[in-house]
Amino acid sequence: MTCLHLLLTLVFAVSFGTPVEIQRPRGVPLTKKQFYEENKPFTCLDGSRTIPFDRVNDDYCDCKDGSDEPGTAACPNGSFHCTNAGYRPMFIPSSRINDGICDCCDTTDEYNSGAKCENTCKELGRKEREVLQKMAEVTKEGFLLKQQLIEEAKKGQQEKQGKVTEMQDNKKQLEEKVEALRTVKETAEQPEKEAKERHLKAWEEQKAAIRLEKDKAKMAEAFLELDDNADGFVSVSELQSHAELDPDADGTLSDTEAQGLMGGAEQVDTSTFESVWTNIKDKYHSESLPEEPAPVETPPDEVKEPVVDNDSEPYPEDDVSEEEDDDDDDEDDYHEDDDKAAPTNKTPEKSHEDEEAMPTYDAETQTLIDAAQKARDDFEEAEKALREMDDQIRNIEKELSFDFGPDAEFTYLYSQCYELTTSEYIYRLCPFNRVSQKPKYGGSETNLGSWGSWSGPENNKYLVMKYEHGTGCWQGPNRSTTVKLTCGKETVVTSTSEPSRCEYLMEFTTPAVCQEPDNTDLPAHGHEEL
Amino acid sequence: MAVISIGRMGLLSVVCVSLFFSSAFAVDRGNFKTCDQSAFCKRQRALKPGQSPYRALLETLELSDSRLTLQLINDNNKVHLLLELYRLQGNMTRVKINELKPLKPRFEVPDVLIAEPPTEPLSVLSKDDNGVVLSLGAESQRLIVSARPFRLDIMEGPEVLLSLNSRGLLAFEHLRLRKDTQAQPDGAEVKESVDGDQQQAEGEKDEDGERDKEEDGLWEETFKSHTDTKPNGPTSISLDFSLPGVEHVYGIPEHADNLKLKTTDGGDPYRLYNLDVFQYELYNPMALYGSIPVMLAHNTQRTMGIFWLNAAETWVDISSNTAGKTVFGKMLDFVQGSSETPQTDVRWISESGIIDVFIMLGPKPSDVFSQYASLTGTQSFPPLASLGYHQCRWNYNDQEDVKSVDQGFDQHDIPYDFIWLDIEHADGKRYFTWDPHKFAQPKEMLQGLMEKRRKMVAIVDPHIKVDSGYKIHNEITSKDFYVKNKDGRNYEGWCWPGNSGYPDFTNPEMRAWWASMFAYDQYEGSMENLFTWNDMNEPSVFNGPEVTMHKDALHGKWEHREIHNIYGLYVQRATAEGQIQRSGGVERAFVLTRAFFAGSQRYGAVWTGDNAAEWDHLKISIPMCLSLGLVGFSFCGADVGGFFKNPSTELLVRWYQTGAYQPFFRAHAHLDTTRREPWLFGPENTALMREAIRQRYALLPYWYQLFYQAHKTGMPVMRPLWVDYPKDTATFTIDDEFLIGSDLLAHPVTEEGSRGVTAYLPGAGEVWYDVHTFQKHNGAQNLYIPVTLSSIPVFQRGGSIIPRKDRVRRSSACMENDPYTLYVALSPKKFAKGELYIDDGHSFNYDTKKELIHRSLTFANNALTSSNLCPDCNFSTSSWIEKVLILGASKPSKVVLKLDGKETPVEFEFDASMSVLTLRKPGMNAGADWTLLLQ
Repeated sequence: MTCLHLLLTLVFAVSFGTPVEIQRPRGVPLTKKQFYEENKPFTCLDGSRTIPFDRVNDDYCDCKDGSDEPGTAACPNGSFHCTNAGYRPMFIPSSRINDGICDCCDTTDEYNSGAKCENTCKELGRKEREVLQKMAEVTKEGFLLKQQLIEEAKKGQQEKQGKVTEMQDNKKQLEEKVEALRTVKETAEQPEKEAKERHLKAWEEQKAAIRLEKDKAKMAEAFLELDDNADGFVSVSELQSHAELDPDADGTLSDTEAQGLMGGAEQVDTSTFESVWTNIKDKYHSESLPEEPAPVETPPDEVKEPVVDNDSEPYPEDDVSEEEDDDDDDEDDYHEDDDKAAPTNKTPEKSHEDEEAMPTYDAETQTLIDAAQKARDDFEEAEKALREMDDQIRNIEKELSFDFGPDAEFTYLYSQCYELTTSEYIYRLCPFNRVSQKPKYGGSETNLGSWGSWSGPENNKYLVMKYEHGTGCWQGPNRSTTVKLTCGKETVVTSTSEPSRCEYLMEFTTPAVCQEPDNTDLPAHGHEEL
Repeated sequence: MAVISIGRMGLLSVVCVSLFFSSAFAVDRGNFKTCDQSAFCKRQRALKPGQSPYRALLETLELSDSRLTLQLINDNNKVHLLLELYRLQGNMTRVKINELKPLKPRFEVPDVLIAEPPTEPLSVLSKDDNGVVLSLGAESQRLIVSARPFRLDIMEGPEVLLSLNSRGLLAFEHLRLRKDTQAQPDGAEVKESVDGDQQQAEGEKDEDGERDKEEDGLWEETFKSHTDTKPNGPTSISLDFSLPGVEHVYGIPEHADNLKLKTTDGGDPYRLYNLDVFQYELYNPMALYGSIPVMLAHNTQRTMGIFWLNAAETWVDISSNTAGKTVFGKMLDFVQGSSETPQTDVRWISESGIIDVFIMLGPKPSDVFSQYASLTGTQSFPPLASLGYHQCRWNYNDQEDVKSVDQGFDQHDIPYDFIWLDIEHADGKRYFTWDPHKFAQPKEMLQGLMEKRRKMVAIVDPHIKVDSGYKIHNEITSKDFYVKNKDGRNYEGWCWPGNSGYPDFTNPEMRAWWASMFAYDQYEGSMENLFTWNDMNEPSVFNGPEVTMHKDALHGKWEHREIHNIYGLYVQRATAEGQIQRSGGVERAFVLTRAFFAGSQRYGAVWTGDNAAEWDHLKISIPMCLSLGLVGFSFCGADVGGFFKNPSTELLVRWYQTGAYQPFFRAHAHLDTTRREPWLFGPENTALMREAIRQRYALLPYWYQLFYQAHKTGMPVMRPLWVDYPKDTATFTIDDEFLIGSDLLAHPVTEEGSRGVTAYLPGAGEVWYDVHTFQKHNGAQNLYIPVTLSSIPVFQRGGSIIPRKDRVRRSSACMENDPYTLYVALSPKKFAKGELYIDDGHSFNYDTKKELIHRSLTFANNALTSSNLCPDCNFSTSSWIEKVLILGASKPSKVVLKLDGKETPVEFEFDASMSVLTLRKPGMNAGADWTLLLQ
């Protein structure tokens, strides 16, 4: 009646030369053989109905669960079992029975399609065993390596942990030391400050006295110069010989003007000259001395000069982004310099007004200063040591805070980088840090993502690493990279790809994911049923 | 009245505006011309309806057997036109208007008509000073030529079906000489001395010319930075058509708009100018990638069509005397006795060429389809596999990627037939080549797919990289096949590969050469399961005006202006011909195109271009493909998932469900989107998409049969409801559901978060069966259907028989020999009929050797019978009938199969709750004669 005759079929399976004949309907696995008893009514495996046995594999779907047609394509949800003697048995969807494509290596799925299939099970089995063997070897060695890694990591971790503890102690000591030194410093600075102030005040007074004397000497000198006829008086006409004193700057010092400067007197003697001197001393040019150039005003830039100098000094630890801090530092340094340096002619104004430098500190003051300076230096050194200690602790703590796997087996990847060169790019994976890509023939590096998280499947999240928030894509998302980890003896990036725009995929082998080899399940020819 | 009317208009425009602004991202409108920016459109549109200056010179009338000629004169400038009228077989009239004596020939579009249309005799019924009455043969149809002013009216009995130039908008810009320093004095002298009459006319023209030149850019036009030198000056043409009694017009794709065309008063006309529009906007008349200048007019009495055969830039204005009237307003009209007949007026404007119009008089929708098919041919009959599911992405990165996607389908048990490669597969976008690193072994890859009985499509675009190391470029250069710029040098423009040349596909020698490049020994790495996709064939020129070619570029002696809209057709044609030739003419082609013109249906499939992952884009896919189907191009689809942007999972699922019921079913995605193969969204969603694709595969026999029908008759595969229910006015504007053939009605869910859809089931006295539950519903009702994410509301018409292959496998080829299940859906009168079509699925043997099975299936008088529709055909199949489901049946006492004179009982089951009778394994061969008797 049908164009195909698809009655009950027997399976004649051959396994390693031993012919075994087992009767069961086509496509039924051994484990379900008992449900298909010849010449007894068949009950669908879901129990939904019972049909005569000749409707099993009759190429018409009677059971909703497809169980009456294990060996035909009649049921949309059925599955077919291939024994695949010599290789692995498997189930395929019923829709692959007689579809012209060889799915089962034992060719049993294509019994009526005309497809020319060859039994490749032995070959596949051999290859699989080879692969499995190789994998087993790799796994074995990888697992040994992993044990080492775990050992090292544990050791390292312990060391670090110990180091942190030790450093915490040290830090505490350092903190105490800093505090102690701070007190010492402050104690030393108080007398220093007072002594310095005293010294400064004394010098200021001294300077005022000197200035007064100098003025007087100048006045006397001027009087002599002005008193051309040396009669002990400076007259109006004598004054007029100094045209630079002209108050209205018309080039001549008229009688009235001169008289005005003389306070209305015709002539003055040395004692009354004092008031005249007050009027003229600013403009007066000595006849004997070469003309002094007008005091050049300090351009504002000059004040900044030291800053500029400081800028060019390398600040090794600092980033460019911390410019503001830099400026603060500069100022601090500047002031510190002020303090530290002997107060000589540091300030330009002072140096102009005063011909002489401040006298060096007296021995007593100097002793105080030296003592304070030493206290400061000690304090700063201690503080710096504390900061460094803090940094170190932070770094180790950061490292310790990473999830390096259940047994810390991924620890060794930390602060390492692995590269893969493709036809166009050099890819660089720095685990727990970032992934980047650089054109092979020049060009800048692109960030493909920074360490995000472990994101493998629920049963083992340590099989996949996710790196996120890389450089943004034009009209697209930020770049990100998924790193798939597989067991291997070596730690290598084996491939990279970009399945979606700006979403990279990297394959990475490492012993750290090698599982303990299951010694009881050595790859033999142990899977087939027969 | 007026107030109501204005209020309605106001509301409409508010809706339009809000649509415009709510669009999430959109086209850069500034890149494309409005009518005002297109000089000829602006000039023509400035001309308002009124008294036509044209007069028919009846004394010049000449009538041969089937051709009437008559001169027209424009009383303003005395230019003579020549009118030709033909009565064509199959109830069509052709109207041609050209200059009587043009300065040089005007362009007439070749290669669109499949042959010179056969004519039928015309006869003069009466003639006087006012005009001529011609008989259009049977059915009392007459054609009336009125002389002063000139107009044409086609009448049937007392009714005017259609009038031409009734609004006086016939305008014909005659060729003229340029009257400034750049004119060529020689030519002018010669012309003027030839014909005194002409000379006089010239004088008139010159005045026009002089006046217009300054204002209207008749001889030069600049858009953005591009200047169009117009050595031929103004050449545009225009004609108006009035359609009394018509309120619904359709067609003129391609526009991202509703099925029913809108009136264009107050906005731009619908534009037909093939353009590569980046991120197109919905619900507006802007031009898109293709043009089919065919409009259908429909009312309850009649369906007609207007085919405006012109390949130059074209604008179509539509106005209506009922537009904007509410139902209440119309009722008021009726009550107050204001008996103005509804009327739609249409005006066509083209930049150049001649007026060549085919008026298809129906009267039934199917008549219009066969009339149009008789002119431009039918849908190519696609290989069966191409009706399966296509998996595309810009781009599958390399062979490894292709392999893993292929395996992904098997791992998730999802069928597919074609995997596609976009531009990145080629070596530096040099088409016909392969990237040496990523696709180093294309044959290996194709062989791998072939072993899975699957196929591949690789893109071949028409822009050719200018590179002296590229064989294709060198050959085109040496054969001088490139399009030229106005100065006669090779035209070059910017496209994917950088600087590119554009082969002149209008040149038959060029096309023959191009076709030869698809030979297996020319196209290295190609195999018989490699097919082609032509993109960017508008043509797209990134740095050209409106992203396309300069209008003054030259194809031989003709300007690009003349041929623009047909360029894409020629590209697809040459490619399809190449594919057919590579197999020695044995195998059918499969070529997808983006640009198209009237006639493109003969060469393959089309998709709606670069859409977006938005719900509105999913919705618009329905009217866009319906419009294409109405004008002959059935093999249409939209990118499933949306090309730009990432779809939400819900949108993607809904798009699979919709795409599974549209003719061309391909998922595609932009380079910048995340991966979206159907198994990447969790097992539940994988299951939903798998189920949608499986429904498609189960129905492949039906789809294939519909394509055979489309190929034979021109009937659209995917149809608006009104095509099958032409008298049911409720169907006239429906474009969120559609018919597949006559027998399936699909109302896919296209709303986000939908909990139910309301589907209109047409047909008073008919019934429809839910294809999933077999529940019966009455026709002529709005049916509310609650939906979940798994629902795809589809109904089978009572009275139909649909063959399915319910054993869905991993590709269509794998299902070739599988048995059929017949779904017999009974009408209330317990009747049903259907067809079954079978052939080899890929060759021309169905045609050349009649190797096919075509059966008629009829259920009547409790007997289901298969009879041969093609007795002289010979094809054998190993497919058989495994099951028959009869929906709406009553329980028989016995079922008997009559086959080869023998009677055998057939087992059956009856589901009383849904009245479904299932016949178990009748088992006869699908090609046999048989009867199943229900007793």
